[in-house]
Amino acid sequence: MLLDVKDLHAHLRTRWGTVKAVDGVSFSIEAGETLGLVGESGSGKTMTALSLLRLLPEPAGRIVNGQVLLDGEDLVAKSEREMRRIRGRRISMILQDPQTSLNPVFNVGNQIVEALRVHLGRRANGLWKRAEEALRRVKVAAPQERLRSFPHQMSGGMKQRVVGAIALASEPKLLIADEPTTALDVTIQLQYLMLLKDVQARMGLGMLFITHDFGIVARMCDRVAVMYAGRIVESGPVREIFKAPRHPYTAALMASVPRMEARVHRLPSIDGQPPALHRLPGGCRFAPRCSYVDERCRLEYPPAVAIGRSHAAACWKVAP
Amino acid sequence: MQRFILRRFFQSLVVLLVVAVVVFALARVTGNAADLLLPEDAGREDREHLLKALGLDRPMHEQLARFLKGALSGDLGMSIRYRKPAVEVFFERLPNTLTLVPIALLSAIVISIPLGLLAAVYRGTIIDRVSGAIAVLGIATPSFWLGIVLIYIFSIQLGWLPSARMGGPAHYILPTITLAAFLVAGMMRLVRSSVLEVLNSEFVKLARIKGLSQTVVIWKHCLRNALIPVVTLFGVFFALLVTGAIVTETVFAWPGVGRLTYEAVIFRDYPLLQAVILLKAMIVLGVNLAVDILYAYLDPRVRYS
Amino acid sequence: MAITTAPADVAVVDDAAPQREFRRLPWVSFAVIAVLALVAVLAPLIATHSPTEQSLPDKLRPPAWQEGGSTKHLLGTDLLGRDVFSRLVYGARVSLTVAMFALLSGGLIGLAIGILAGYAGGRTDSALMRIVDATLTFPTILIALVLAVSLGAGLGTIVLAITVIIWARFARVVRGEVLTVKTRDFVALARVHGCSHVRIMAIHIVPNVLNTFMVLMTLHIGFVIIVEASLSFLGAGIPPPTPSWGQMVADGRSHIASAWWLSALPGAAIMLVVLSFNLFGDWLRDWLDPRLRQV
Ligand SMILES: Nc1ncnc2c1ncn2[C@@H]1O[C@H](COP(=O)(O)OP(=O)(O)O)[C@@H](O)[C@H]1O
Ligand code: SF4
Ligand SMILES: [Mg+2]
Repeated sequence: MLLDVKDLHAHLRTRWGTVKAVDGVSFSIEAGETLGLVGESGSGKTMTALSLLRLLPEPAGRIVNGQVLLDGEDLVAKSEREMRRIRGRRISMILQDPQTSLNPVFNVGNQIVEALRVHLGRRANGLWKRAEEALRRVKVAAPQERLRSFPHQMSGGMKQRVVGAIALASEPKLLIADEPTTALDVTIQLQYLMLLKDVQARMGLGMLFITHDFGIVARMCDRVAVMYAGRIVESGPVREIFKAPRHPYTAALMASVPRMEARVHRLPSIDGQPPALHRLPGGCRFAPRCSYVDERCRLEYPPAVAIGRSHAAACWKVAP
Repeated sequence: MQRFILRRFFQSLVVLLVVAVVVFALARVTGNAADLLLPEDAGREDREHLLKALGLDRPMHEQLARFLKGALSGDLGMSIRYRKPAVEVFFERLPNTLTLVPIALLSAIVISIPLGLLAAVYRGTIIDRVSGAIAVLGIATPSFWLGIVLIYIFSIQLGWLPSARMGGPAHYILPTITLAAFLVAGMMRLVRSSVLEVLNSEFVKLARIKGLSQTVVIWKHCLRNALIPVVTLFGVFFALLVTGAIVTETVFAWPGVGRLTYEAVIFRDYPLLQAVILLKAMIVLGVNLAVDILYAYLDPRVRYS
Repeated sequence: MAITTAPADVAVVDDAAPQREFRRLPWVSFAVIAVLALVAVLAPLIATHSPTEQSLPDKLRPPAWQEGGSTKHLLGTDLLGRDVFSRLVYGARVSLTVAMFALLSGGLIGLAIGILAGYAGGRTDSALMRIVDATLTFPTILIALVLAVSLGAGLGTIVLAITVIIWARFARVVRGEVLTVKTRDFVALARVHGCSHVRIMAIHIVPNVLNTFMVLMTLHIGFVIIVEASLSFLGAGIPPPTPSWGQMVADGRSHIASAWWLSALPGAAIMLVVLSFNLFGDWLRDWLDPRLRQV
C-alpha cells in the first residue's frame, strides 16, 4: 500500500467558527493506481489533499486526528523538517489554477531547477539540462527556450505543463492533482489529461485525482471516492459506481454531469446548497437535499455499508 | 520597456508644465502680482523699474511665455528675503536636505520592511499586535508635534541630544526619527498586508509543495513579490517624505530646502516659493521616473511588455 | 487574507449566526468624538475665558496642578496671557469646521471624478486616472502653500488647499467601486430600458458607492485634521488670532523648555482626536465595507 489515510480530521478556525473541512476521511491508494476524489466545490477535497502534505492554511488549519500512512510511515507525526524532505520527493501536487501557481517574478527554468535542487542537493550540476528534460517529459515544445520564459509569457495550458514538470521533477511516488484542468480551455483539457495518464503509466505513479466532474473520473481513475461536506459518502471501483451508484448524492452528481466536450465552467447542479461546514446538521449531511430522506436520516449519521469487496456507501437506504 | 519609460518621461514633463502654469497663474489671479513678486519696501521708482523688468505690464500670454522661458534657463526670479536669485538660494540649501532625507528614508525602509514581514509571518502574535499598535499611533501623531516632544524629552529634560541645527552625527538622530516615523507606520502596514497576500498565494503553496524551506519561501518567493506594491507606492511615500521634510526641518531649524519652503511661506516670499516648488517638483518627478525603472526591473511582467 | 474570509464559493452567510463576530464598537474613541463634537458646538458655554482676550500680567501661567498655577486658568496661559483651555476649546471648533468643509469639498469632487472615470471608462478613465496618479505622487502640500500665500490665509483658502490634497484619494477608490457596480445586471437592464447615463449614475451608481464613500469620509477625518494642523503649523492656516491647534503648537515651540504645556496640550489633543477618528473609521469600514481594508 502506497498511501493509507485513516480517519483523517482537519479543522480550520475562521471568524465564523471552526470549519470541519475534513471530518473523518479514510482511503488508500496503491502504487500505479489512480483514485478519484469527487465532490462539489467546498466539500473539502483541497483541504484533504493539503492535509496529506501537511500544508493546511496557516495558522487557521490543523489536523486534529487521524493517520496518513505513506509506505507505512505516519506523516501526521512527522516534524516540519521531516515533512520538507517528503514534499516534492515522495508526494507532489499540481494545483488548480496555473495562472497563479507559478511565481511571476522568476523565469520557468529557475523554478524547475529549484525543485530539482531540493531533490539532488545543492551542488548537483547539470540542473538546467535536467530542467530541460523535465519540460520535455511534459511535452513542452522548444524546452530550452522555454526555460528562460516568464510565466506571463505563456498560455494557461503551457503553464500547467510547467507546473506538472515541477511536480514530477523529483520523481515522486504519489502525485496529487487538484482539479488540474478546471481552469484550462476545453480544447486543451483533454490533452492535459492524456499527458498526465501517460506520464503516470510511465513513472508508475500513484495518483490522487481531484475533480468535481464525473466525466473526467471515467477517463482517469481506477477507483473513486465521493466526498460530501467533509466526509466520503461512497467509494468503490469506477466501473461499479458508474453502473450502479448507491448513494443518492453520487447518483445526483452523476445525473448532473455535463458533457465534457461542450461545457463551460459550471458546477454540476443539484438543487440546494451543501451545508456550511461550521454548522453541520446532526444526521446525514445530504438530508436537506435528498429525495429519499426520512426521519432517521435527520437524526443519525448513516454508517458506511460495504456493498461489494471494495465498494461502500454511507446511507440509510443502502442495503448490503 | 523603453517606450514605457519614454512615456513616463513625457508625462512628467506635462505635470511639471501644469505646476509651472498653476504657480504662474496663482500669482496673477488675485491681481496683486506686483505685491507678491516685489519687495514691499521697494521705492516707487524701483517698483516701476522692476515691474517693467518682470514684464508685469505686458499681456498675460506674453508674461507666461517669458516666465516659462526664464524657468527653462534656470531663472525663476529674485528671492525677496535673500535678495539673490531664488534658484541659487535653493541650491545652497539643497545639500543639507540631501544628507537628511536619504538617511531617514533608509531608516524607514530598514525598519518597516522586516517589521512588516515579521508581523505578517507571525500574524496574530504579540509581534503583530505591537507593530499594529505602533502603526496606529504613528499615523495619528502629527510629526511636527512628535519632533517637539522628542526635543523636550531628549534635549531639554535628558540633555542627551542637540535640539536644533546641523552638526555632527548626534544632530541627525532626532530629525531622522521624526521624519522616518512619518513613513514607518504606513510602510510597515503595507508590507504586512502585501506579504500576507503573497503568503496565501498559490505559488507560495507550490514552493512549499516542492519542499523548500521556510527561509527560501519567505526571502526568495515572498519578499520580491511583496515589495512590488511597496515600490509601486514609493512615489506616494516619496511625496510624503518631501512633505515631512518641510515640517521636520522647520521643527529642528535644519537649514535645508524644507525649512526654506517654510521661510518662503512665512515671509510671503513668492518668487522663492515658486522656485522651491518647481525645483522640488522636478526632483520628485525625477525620483518617480527612477522608481518606474526599478519597478520594471522587479516585475518582469512590466519589463517585457 | 483567505484566513479571515471564507471563499466565495461556500455558503457561509448564515442568519442565525451566533458565532459571527463583529468588532466591538470602539467605545473610547466614540466617547472622545462625542465629547469633541459637544465641545465644538458649545464652545462659548464651556470656555472659561475669551480665546483671544490678552492679559499680559497673566502670561505663561502653568496649568492648575503645577506650582504657580491656579484654577482660574485650568491649563495655564500662553505668551500673551490668553487662557489655553479656552483656546483649545475654540480650537476644536476650528479644527472640526475646517475638517467638515474640506472633507465635503474634497470628498464630493473626488466622488464626482471617480464616478465619471469609472462610468465613462476608456479614454476619459485613463486620462483622469493619470491625473489622479500624478496628484497622489506629488507633494500637494506645496500647492496648498502656494495657495495660502497667493490667495491669502482664510477658511476658503485652507478648504481649497486641503481639497487639492485629498480629492485624488477619494477619486481612486470610488472609481474602483464604480467599476464593479457597473458590471452588475441592474445597470445593464437600466440601459436596455433606455435610461440616460445621468439617470443611471444618479439612480444606480451613486447609491451603490455611498457606503464606500461614507467609510472613506470617516477614514479621512483624522488625516484632514492633521493636514489642517500641519498647514497651520507652517503658517498657512486660519490666520491668528483665531485659535487653531496647529498654530498653538507652533507658537509654543520656542518656549518648550519653560512652558511645555503650550505645545504639548494642543498636540496631544490632535493626536487623541485623530486616533479616535481613525479607530472609529476602521470599525465602520470593517462593518460596512471590509473590502476597503487595503486602502
Ligand atoms: N483558507 C481558508 N480559510 C478558511 N477556511 C477555508 C479556507 N480554504 C477553504 N476553507 C473552507 O474549507 C472548506 C473546504 O474547502 P476546499 O477543501 O477548498 O473544498 P473543495 O476543494 O472541495 O472545493 C470550505 O467549506 C471552506 O469554507
Ligand atoms: S441517509 Fe437518508 S438523507 Fe442521507 S443520503 Fe441516505 S437517504 Fe438521503
Ligand atoms: Mg478545491
